[in-house]
Amino acid sequence: MREDSCQTPETVERFLDSTLESVDSAEELAVGVAQRAGFDEDDVVKIGMAVRESMVNAVVHGNRYNSNKKVRFSVANNTERFTVRIADEGDGFDFSHLPDPLSPGNLMRTSGRGIFLVRSFMDEFQIRHLEPAGTEVTLVKYRMSK
Amino acid sequence: MSVKLNTRQIGDVSVVDVAGRITLGEGSSTLRDSLRDMVGKGQKKILLNLGEVSYIDSSGIGELVSAFTTVTNGGGQLKLLNLTKRVKDLLQITKLYTVFDVHDSEVSAIRSFV
Repeated sequence: MREDSCQTPETVERFLDSTLESVDSAEELAVGVAQRAGFDEDDVVKIGMAVRESMVNAVVHGNRYNSNKKVRFSVANNTERFTVRIADEGDGFDFSHLPDPLSPGNLMRTSGRGIFLVRSFMDEFQIRHLEPAGTEVTLVKYRMSK
Repeated sequence: MSVKLNTRQIGDVSVVDVAGRITLGEGSSTLRDSLRDMVGKGQKKILLNLGEVSYIDSSGIGELVSAFTTVTNGGGQLKLLNLTKRVKDLLQITKLYTVFDVHDSEVSAIRSFV
């Protein structure tokens, strides 16, 4: 954490279209807040990548680019944690049986690494079904090393 | 900046200088189309220079895996050159670093093709 880090809490929320442009927008928003929060460059990149992967899941796999469906994106920073929430309006999926991308049988697959990378880059990762439809992921990066 | 590709021929090795971001959308598809075109033309020795790649996401990783499989299954070889720390870290996290033949020197990379 940089010494000149901003201690002022900051919250941003957007309702984004189901497009790849929204993926870029969300990543830029999260990176901006993370930089103002004082995360070092390595952590800022990790946060940006985690947000990108999660947004791609929401836009592509959740909402399937449906122009009638939105992605609710929020990022909140306080003195203890940096939290991102991303919720789609899709049909959801069975996240209790996600394949392990590191297993020998999956290593050469061309997809299936997104959530694995998010888990690798963030301190906390939660996923839940929404009613009546949708999936929400919560990504957390701690402000101070624990 | 999205991805930019420049292809050079050194002997029988095609060196593809890749710059920018390899992410879902234009970046991934540009790389995929270019490599498929090269394989379709019978090119069997391909060296991907990733020294100017600033960013790669899981889709980009998938494209590298796909390219490796396509070239290898066609009897060719695909190798990687000049990985940035971020790309190297990603390939190590995903256990793909040892799958690819990775080089830091273009000369030694070209010599390594058989």
